[in-house]
Amino acid sequence: MSSLMNGAKMLLECLAREGVDCFFGYPGGVTLPFYDAVYDHHIRHVLVRHEENACFAAEGYARATGKVGVCCATSGPGATNLVTGLVDAMMDSIPIVALTGQVSSKLIGSDAFQEADTFGITRSCTKHNYLVKRLEDLPQVVHEAFYIAASGRPGPVLVDIPKDVFQAQGHYAPVTSIHLPGYKVFTEGHTGQIRRAAQLMWEAERPFVYAGGGIIAADASAELRELVEILDAPAVNTLMGLGGLPANHPNFVSMPGMHGSYAANMGMTHCDVLIALGVRFDDRVTGRLAAFAPHAKVIHVDIDPAEIGKNRAADVPIVGDVKRVLTRLNKVLAETRPERKERVAAARQAWWAKIRAWKAEHPLAPVTSDSEIKPQHLMTEINRLSGGQAIVCSDVGQHQMWAAQFIQFNAPRLWINSGGLGSMGFGLPSAIGAQFARPDKLVFALVGDGGFQMSIPELATIAGYGLPVKIVVMNNGYLGMVRQWQELFYNNRLSAVELDCFPDAEKLAAAYGFKGRTIDKPWELSSALEEAVREPGPYLLNVKVSPFENVYPMVPAGGAINEMVLAPPQPVAVPK
Amino acid sequence: MLQIISLLVENKPGALMRITGLLSARAYNIESLTVARTLDPELSRMTIVVDVDAALRQQVIKQMNKLVNVLQAVDLTESPAVCREMVLVRVRTVQETRPAVLKEAEIFRARVVDSSTEGFALEATGDPEKLDEFIDVMRSYGEIEITRSGAVAVSLEAKKLKLQPPVFTKVGIEQGVK
Repeated sequence: MSSLMNGAKMLLECLAREGVDCFFGYPGGVTLPFYDAVYDHHIRHVLVRHEENACFAAEGYARATGKVGVCCATSGPGATNLVTGLVDAMMDSIPIVALTGQVSSKLIGSDAFQEADTFGITRSCTKHNYLVKRLEDLPQVVHEAFYIAASGRPGPVLVDIPKDVFQAQGHYAPVTSIHLPGYKVFTEGHTGQIRRAAQLMWEAERPFVYAGGGIIAADASAELRELVEILDAPAVNTLMGLGGLPANHPNFVSMPGMHGSYAANMGMTHCDVLIALGVRFDDRVTGRLAAFAPHAKVIHVDIDPAEIGKNRAADVPIVGDVKRVLTRLNKVLAETRPERKERVAAARQAWWAKIRAWKAEHPLAPVTSDSEIKPQHLMTEINRLSGGQAIVCSDVGQHQMWAAQFIQFNAPRLWINSGGLGSMGFGLPSAIGAQFARPDKLVFALVGDGGFQMSIPELATIAGYGLPVKIVVMNNGYLGMVRQWQELFYNNRLSAVELDCFPDAEKLAAAYGFKGRTIDKPWELSSALEEAVREPGPYLLNVKVSPFENVYPMVPAGGAINEMVLAPPQPVAVPK
Repeated sequence: MLQIISLLVENKPGALMRITGLLSARAYNIESLTVARTLDPELSRMTIVVDVDAALRQQVIKQMNKLVNVLQAVDLTESPAVCREMVLVRVRTVQETRPAVLKEAEIFRARVVDSSTEGFALEATGDPEKLDEFIDVMRSYGEIEITRSGAVAVSLEAKKLKLQPPVFTKVGIEQGVK
C-alpha cells in the first residue's frame, strides 16, 4: 500500500504505471487540483491552445506509435471541445484516453459554473466512458480505460472526474486484474475458416488484397507482406492503411476508392477473390456497393464482428486480430501450396499483365507546369525529400488526396490523417503529437489554407516547445474539395469557398519567432522545401499552387468505382 | 417489422443510455422497453421491442454485443421464446354494463384489482396482441385509461452465456495473483 495521496496524484500514478510519458491538455477551474499535481510530476504535460487540438495531438501521438494517446480538459467547455477529436478517434479506431474534470459531485446536476453532462455527451463518441464518483474506484477505472482503449478494435475512452475526487485523500492500491465480463475481444480467428480462406486463395485466378487501417493497428505489416508474396497477389492500401504494405513493394498497386488509381479500382472490380484485411468497406472505397467487386468471393478478416457483413456479405468471414490470423493463414498457405504450380503461375501472370496494363493506361502521373506550382508537383517534391520515411500529418481535403496519391510511405505509422471523420484542422495538432512521439523523425504538417486557419493557434505550441515541424500549406485560396464538387455538380456556382485573405506567412511565422516563407514559382519549390527541412526549428512554408486544379481520378458520389472520371470533363471556366 | 431483443446487462450507471443511444442514433423508435434485476443483483435483464429494418437486425444485435456493459444480446424475434405483457385498465362503467364488463374480463382472464361506483381497475397479462384485443373490447364499454408494462420475453432455448474471464495487469502478473 502506498502513502496517502490525493486523487490528482493517484491519477498521475495510474498514468505513470500505464507507461504514459507525455500527454496533451488545457487546464481549467475544476482541474486545478490535478494541475497542481502535474506541476512537479515527471510525466510531461504539453500545453496546447485549444482542447480539440489536445485530442488531435493525442491522436497524432497514438497514430505515430501505436501507444495510447492521452489528453486532458476541464469540465464544461473544455470537455465539449474534445468531442470532435473523440469522434475522429472513434471513426479511425485510435486508442485514446481522455481525462476530463467535472464539477464537484455535490454540484452535479445543479447547472453549476462550467458544468456539462460530459458522460452523456460523450456516450456515442467513445468506445466506453466513465464518471468516477468515488476515489476508491479511480485506479480501477483508469486502468480499465487504458485496457479498453488499446485492446480489440482500439478507440477512445473518456474518464470524467469530479473536482472533489481529485481532492480526496486515499491510498493507491495496485490494480491486479481487470474483469469486464461483457467485453468481448476476439483475437484468434476460426481455424476452419482460416483453412477455407487458404483454399479459396489458392483456387483464385485473380486474387486481390484490400488492406486497411487494421493492418496498421494490429502491427501486421510483416504478415501482410508475407501473404502478398506467397500469393504473388496485387495489393492496395486504403487511405487508413497507407504504409501497411510498403509503397515501394512490387506488389503494391496504390490507394483504391473515390480518388484511387485506375489500376487499383479496376483490380478491385475484376478480381475473383477479394482478400479484405482490417477494412470496413467504407463508402469512399467501395463506391456504389451493388457494383463493387461484382465477380469476387470475399474473404473478410476483422477484429470487430460488427464489421463483417455490415456493408458487404463475406463468403469467408474471419473474426480475429489480423496479425494473428495472417500468421496462421500464411502457415496454412505455405503448407497447402498447390502441386501444379504452373496453373497458378500462368493465371497469375495473366492477372499481373492486366494490372500492369491498367497502370500504364492511366498512371497516377505527376502534373507539372512551367509557370505555376501544381499541387501534384508539391506532393512529388515532398515525396522526394521524404524518401518514404518522413511522417506526414495531413489535414482534410484536396491536398490530403494528392498526398495519398503521390507521397510514398514505405513503413506503417508515417501517414497520419483524419480518414473516417474528415476533420479539418487535424493536420497541425496531430503533427505536434507525432513530433513529441517521434523526436527523431522528420515531421511534415501538410495542410490546406482552410484547415491551417482552423489550427493557427497551435503555432504557439510549436514555437513554445521548439518543435521542428515543417508546416507546408498547400494554398490554393479555396476550400478546394468543396469547390471541386461545386464545379462538377452545382453548375460551378462557387458558394462560400473562396478564402481571399491569408496571412503573410513570413510575418506570421516571425511573429511566433520562427522562419516562414511564401513561394509561388515552380522553380522555387525544391530549394524552398529543402531549406525548410534544413532548418533546425519549425518552418512555415506557404506554397501558392494553381488555384483551380482538381483531384482526379474521381468516382462521383453514388458511382461504381470502375466508372472513374479520369480528367476534368472540359476546361473549367475561371469565374471573374 | 418489430424486433424483440433480450439483453443481459451489467447493472451500472449509463448502461441503459448506451443501449437506447445505439437505437436512437439510428433513428429507430423503441416500441417498449422493460428492465429489472436478475437472480444476480449485479445484472439486469432487458427486453426491448423496436422497429428495425429486417436487413439491419443482425447489425443492431452485433453493435449491442460490442457494448462493454452488455453481457449478451439476442434476437428473440424468430427464435422459440415466450413473450408476455401486462396491462392495467381503468374502465368507467354504468350500472347496467358492470356484469358484462366482468364477464369479458373473465374471458380474457383479467383480474379485478379495484372496484368502485365509477367502474373497475382490471389487470390482464398475455401476449401483446391478445392485450390489444382486450383493450379494444373494454373500450367498447366506455372511457378507459390504460398502462401497459411493455413486453417481457424469455428464450425457450438455453443460450450459452460466454463471459470473459478477468485479465491480469502487469502488476497482477508480477504479484502472481491467480
